[in-house]
Amino acid sequence: MSGPVTKGTDLPVLLPAAHKLAATAAAERLTGPVPRPTLRLGLLLFAIFVFSIGLAHAQAVPDEAETPLDALWRWMPVLLEGFVFNIAISFIAMMMGTVVGTLLGLGQISLMPAVRGSSWFVTQFFRNAPWLVLLFLVMLLVPFEFRFGNTVIPFPGWIKATIGLALPVMANVSEIVRGAINSVPSGQWESSESLAFSRRQTIFSIILPQCYKRMIPPWMNLYAILTMATVLASIVGVDEMMTQTRRALAAEGGATQLLVPFYSFVLICFFVYCYPIARLTIRLERRFAVKL
Amino acid sequence: MAPDTAVTSWTPDQPIVKITDLHKSFGEFEVLSGIDMSVMKGDVVCIIGPSGSGKSTLLRCVNALVDIQKGSILVEGQEINTPGLDKLALRRKVGMVFQQYNLFPHKTALQNVMMAPVMVLKQDKAEVEDRARKLLAKVRLVGKEDAYPGELSGGQQQRVAIARSLAMGPDLMLFDEVTAALDPETVKEVLVTIRELAEDNMTCMLVTHEMGFAREVGDHVYFTDQGRIIEHGPPSDFFTSAKDPRTREFLSQIL
Ligand SMILES: Nc1ncnc2c1ncn2[C@@H]1O[C@H](COP(=O)(O)OP(=O)(O)OP(=O)(O)O)[C@@H](O)[C@H]1O
Ligand SMILES: [Mg+2]
Repeated sequence: MSGPVTKGTDLPVLLPAAHKLAATAAAERLTGPVPRPTLRLGLLLFAIFVFSIGLAHAQAVPDEAETPLDALWRWMPVLLEGFVFNIAISFIAMMMGTVVGTLLGLGQISLMPAVRGSSWFVTQFFRNAPWLVLLFLVMLLVPFEFRFGNTVIPFPGWIKATIGLALPVMANVSEIVRGAINSVPSGQWESSESLAFSRRQTIFSIILPQCYKRMIPPWMNLYAILTMATVLASIVGVDEMMTQTRRALAAEGGATQLLVPFYSFVLICFFVYCYPIARLTIRLERRFAVKL
Repeated sequence: MAPDTAVTSWTPDQPIVKITDLHKSFGEFEVLSGIDMSVMKGDVVCIIGPSGSGKSTLLRCVNALVDIQKGSILVEGQEINTPGLDKLALRRKVGMVFQQYNLFPHKTALQNVMMAPVMVLKQDKAEVEDRARKLLAKVRLVGKEDAYPGELSGGQQQRVAIARSLAMGPDLMLFDEVTAALDPETVKEVLVTIRELAEDNMTCMLVTHEMGFAREVGDHVYFTDQGRIIEHGPPSDFFTSAKDPRTREFLSQIL
């Protein structure tokens, strides 16, 4: 969003903004990313939060001793515990999705038509399915425990939810892997083939090492999206942050003045966690764009 | 598919490459329509011709990068147009260098040269490294062993690519317009390297637009147009007394 802006626009109205952008870009080239946008956004969010508290104050019954902020403070450990659960689900789902998705992505470039076709189908199927529906299906279809003879492996709801979220991640990772492999110039395949490398050696020693850089930004982006999607697990009854928030509000007797502060707090938690990931993704994208 | 090709013992006095009535199509489109050619050991064969005449495709057929529809290619007596071909065995004998260098960008010059002998031929790493350093010295790249391709000039990259192919110890080298992407100054340094290879008696098949090089170093020149060989002969005859009007026109444009 830097250089081309000044050249790209010939609308006079846009010129001041374009100059500003160009100046910011120039400054970033010298000193690295300017922290200001982050700060500004953070402040904005904080302002919304403060405003919502104020609003709650105004709505509150005057002689009630506890302010909404006090209530939030009291419930915070429970809410944060729920948030940690969200993060845990996101980690595990990402790991599972990445491992299986990578295999699926490699399956998509297999020379065996059956493997290629089925990998393609599975990828497309789970990539074009609503996440919530997948979540429901896994909850319904996977039993709550597996029995192998005498050993019983329990499958609590949160593990099922994690599997449900790992499915779309898997499909997206599969596409990321396939796309990155396809973006390697065909000359790399030709030269390693003409050096008598086998296909397996070509993929693992020549092609994939060149893909990691291209794969990391979209992969991180996917992780951020997954993290935000973990709240869907509340719909299927997992004790994550959304569920805990709803419970807390219910325990407070459904006081309406608490709704906005509590949900704002949830938003802030996700923002604080996801925004740095988004920034880092953009930075990596830029760095790799220059190098490749 | 290839009936009369049961040549089991090849001797160096027979052609190292013998191409007979080679046809190659991409879908409906026939790119090569009946090529005959034979290359003796130690020969330097230059292939010239207009863009799209199938020169690159011809070279790619020789190391089985593309498959053939009809005809025969014998490399050291072994038929290439056969379903059970051991492509990897063939490619160990046939090196290829490309116009765009195609070095592995994530490996240093030295690693580029060492990779195939270590991974494909399973040779001893220390011994390969020793040989790789000598090869890099031979193509005049002492001091660049640890440089990544991105840090090298086009000419330097192309010489690494040549060293990388030579490290496999090939009997035959294919060069596909290896100087076409270089600026005139660096063309020379790559041509010198190929000339030295030729003097060491390496068999070379080159697609090139460097007529001076073809004239001085080539043993035989082939002119191709629209998938056929129009005319061929030793450079002394070829460049002075070309008979076919298409050859003459091409030469008058390029010389
Ligand atoms: N993989 C492919 N699929 C389809 N058509 C191809 C393919 N490779 C080459 N061709 C076609 O075959 C013809 C010959 O291509 P080739 O690259 O062999 O020509 P060339 O003589 O090397 O040309 P140049 O001097 O431009 O490199 C061209 O018309 C090209 O479009
Ligand atoms: Mg070509």
